[in-house]
Amino acid sequence: MKDFKSDQEVRWCPGCGDYAILAAFQGFLPELGVPRENIVIVSGIGCSSRFPYYLSTYGMHSIHGRAPAIATGLAASRPDLSVWVITGDGDGLSIGGNHLIHALRRNVNINVLLFNNRIYGLTKGQYSPTSEAGKITKSSPMGSLDTPFNPVSLALGAEAGFVARTIDSDRQHLTSVLRAAADHEGASFVEIYQNCPIFNDDAFEPLKDPAERDMRLLRMEHGEPLRVGADRGVVMGDYGELKVADIAEVGEDALVRHDAHRADPGYAFALSRMDYPAFEHVPIGVFRDTSRPTYDELMAEQLGGAESRGGAEELASLLAGGDTWTVR
Amino acid sequence: MTKQVKQLDRVIIRFAGDSGDGMQLTGDRFTQETASFGNDLSTLPNFPAEIRAPAGTLPGVSSFQLHFADHDIMTPGDAPNVLVAMNPAALKANVDDLPGGATVIVNTDEFTKRALAKVGYDSDPLTDGSLAEFKVSPVPLTSMTVQALADFDISKKDAQRAKNMFALGLLSWMYNRPTEGTLGFLKSKFAGKPEILAANLAAFQAGWNFGETTEDFAVSYEIKPAALPPGTYRNITGNLAVSYGLIAGSRLSGLPLFLGSYPITPASDILHELSKHKRMGVRTFQAEDEIAGVGAALGAAFGGSLGVTTTSGPGMVLKAETLGLAVMTELPLLVIDVQRAGPSTGMPTKTEQADLLMAMFGRNGESPVPVLAPRSPSDCFDIAIEATRIATKYRTPVIVLSDGYLANGSEPWRIPDVSELPDLSVEFTTEPNGDDGEFLPYRRDPETLARPWAVPGTPGLEHRIGGIEKGDGTGNISYSPANHDLMVRSRQAKIDGIARDIPELEVDDPTGDARVLVLGWGGTYGSIGAGVRRVRRAGGKVAQAHLRHLNPFPANLGEVLGSYDRVLVPEINLGQLALLLRGRFLVDVISYTKVRGLPFKAEELAGVVQEVIDRV
Repeated sequence: MKDFKSDQEVRWCPGCGDYAILAAFQGFLPELGVPRENIVIVSGIGCSSRFPYYLSTYGMHSIHGRAPAIATGLAASRPDLSVWVITGDGDGLSIGGNHLIHALRRNVNINVLLFNNRIYGLTKGQYSPTSEAGKITKSSPMGSLDTPFNPVSLALGAEAGFVARTIDSDRQHLTSVLRAAADHEGASFVEIYQNCPIFNDDAFEPLKDPAERDMRLLRMEHGEPLRVGADRGVVMGDYGELKVADIAEVGEDALVRHDAHRADPGYAFALSRMDYPAFEHVPIGVFRDTSRPTYDELMAEQLGGAESRGGAEELASLLAGGDTWTVR
Repeated sequence: MTKQVKQLDRVIIRFAGDSGDGMQLTGDRFTQETASFGNDLSTLPNFPAEIRAPAGTLPGVSSFQLHFADHDIMTPGDAPNVLVAMNPAALKANVDDLPGGATVIVNTDEFTKRALAKVGYDSDPLTDGSLAEFKVSPVPLTSMTVQALADFDISKKDAQRAKNMFALGLLSWMYNRPTEGTLGFLKSKFAGKPEILAANLAAFQAGWNFGETTEDFAVSYEIKPAALPPGTYRNITGNLAVSYGLIAGSRLSGLPLFLGSYPITPASDILHELSKHKRMGVRTFQAEDEIAGVGAALGAAFGGSLGVTTTSGPGMVLKAETLGLAVMTELPLLVIDVQRAGPSTGMPTKTEQADLLMAMFGRNGESPVPVLAPRSPSDCFDIAIEATRIATKYRTPVIVLSDGYLANGSEPWRIPDVSELPDLSVEFTTEPNGDDGEFLPYRRDPETLARPWAVPGTPGLEHRIGGIEKGDGTGNISYSPANHDLMVRSRQAKIDGIARDIPELEVDDPTGDARVLVLGWGGTYGSIGAGVRRVRRAGGKVAQAHLRHLNPFPANLGEVLGSYDRVLVPEINLGQLALLLRGRFLVDVISYTKVRGLPFKAEELAGVVQEVIDRV
């Protein structure tokens, strides 16, 4: 059976970006080649966190922000499983920010999908850690005072080995990023721009409108020059910063060739800063794809295959260790 | 010169000095010598939370008390017969605890004008007559150690540092302790530093020789081995016993052990100990915070491990939400709370038993959780196994309330025969349980009311769990009023039902006609027992019972409470068990409480018990 739909009725608002992501995810799972019983979806709290109920795999809809911690225990103790964390900008970056950064730096073998709609949906419309400064919401009638997080910059700063970004409405791109994330050994972090039609509609409209999007989207392909539309591309400045220039002016050879495998995260970080201000140029695709030993592997190494060993004698000798004496 | 050897039946010694003087190590080594000699013993380490408080100050005093005897004893003792004071601060901080006639061995080198002034002594207590009621033995410990090590190629500082070994050598001579263990210990501790090793061995020997030759110590003492039940023994602290109990629980249940933990006093030693045993399949995860520690343990439990988290009060508070999730998802989880004095940071290195009501009720909603409490350091081993049994059989989080006194205190432990430990094998669900061949993750076992434990990787049993109310049987999200009422009552009934599966409360009433019962729980067992013994020796009639299961209570508790005229409940809190007993059984128990960060004294409890008897 190739169908990963569960028997539960999907309940998101009409037009929610989550439907598209769910459909792409359900469509992608069969090609993952992992039996459904070995897939576990762990989520926190929020609209996106309803995800596990709609997939016919194992799943846990846990508590607000804690999914990366729960997934860490599961993945570290069960390296045979494919573990996916579904979270949102409030769940993953606000209440659960600490768990997210530590799971990434440890390189636990989990895939984190962060649905970023730049608003609190389930609690009905407060500003989130990714809302733009000055955002007018119910809890910020005079505009929010917070500087937002850039989730990709944050993940890179947390030593994530795999960092990518994609968009809910581009199923093909979304699927290709999921594939790359799944192929990556260790923690992978995927930011998915996701539209909330009720509380933050059209937040990503500049990236979706056919007239505008080609001027803004920067599709990263490993080994290929970074282009924006047909006439412009990305060049590197004196301090390693990246900027967009006319190809006619700088010449084709000046364009930066995307290298997702660079060990140093500085370049990927510079790429992540290109979307300021207000989605001027938005890189999508894989920012960084590097490998280092995973937490689960390192832990298994320290166990030294201990699981298959040991019996009553081993326990008895542990208990009888140290200085002992005998009373007759 | 042959010296007189005097027979004693028991001795209480307290070593006291600066945090940097190595008093915990000295006490621990003396304890190991005493244990290997075969005395019964009980210890009370007492140290500041600061790693190194300013030298020579009262807050910097660290002490270690040891009670050892030729018969079975229950507490570290009320008042020391012997105080070893390494400086004026150590004397000042401890002298009020000494009974008249006690021996005080002081390190005179540290009794300088400046050191005396630092702790507020206007005159030198060694000469002003204020210690007249004690037998004072002035010993220049520091200078004699430095002198003994004059030929060694070590710094003066290192030589001075060895003075605790000189003191240990002297005390080991005084009480005729076997020394092989300490010599072996030093050899392995300083294996990489031959000069320091030689210096410590020499200091220890010098202390021993000083005792044997000096006129100041005319008598040495002998305390015969105690007649403990036959078996092989070792000395064990509560934290070590919990660690071994958890490993045993893992082996007996066949589940791999996963510990998610965040460092916190006084629980960290469990994390340290379990981290040593990776080769036994023990996974330890030092989490980014208390929440992640319990979260990872619950994630591992979902995957089929024996999930454990260890903490103390402030960490318990942070774990409450995840405990609620464990209640809702009905997964096994062990939570070890090594209680310390609170609220907030409180006094991290001091003991208390004030987390009982938090363990019982500290979660949102109706959220019942079994609560267990060990009664002695070695009982921590059995309690960890019992917690494993209940958690896995009933698919529930279980809270174990240890405390700082049990955690760091030690006593002899008869090492159990592994074959006598209970079989706790767990069988995961592998087949659908529904009438139409479907899997119902919340269809309960009719007897235990536990739900099936089907772990990821099991084909055909894929299911989703979580914190939103579960539909009976299916586990699907449910907001149905009737279903919620049913599920709340079912979760409660499951925990209540455990009462049928735990031993009845045993009452110790030698004469059979006592009218007063003393009922305690957790770490106060020894103090209460010692107090009760005193009362009985004086002819008083009193019954004693001690709770290890706090939720649910043993099935006969109500009946026991009803069969005495008065029930006295001593606790190191402001009456938390008393509140539960009054609420549950409508019995007007007498609550006796004290929260000084220290265990009860036996003498004090004996007085309280006698008073209650006199009023009946």
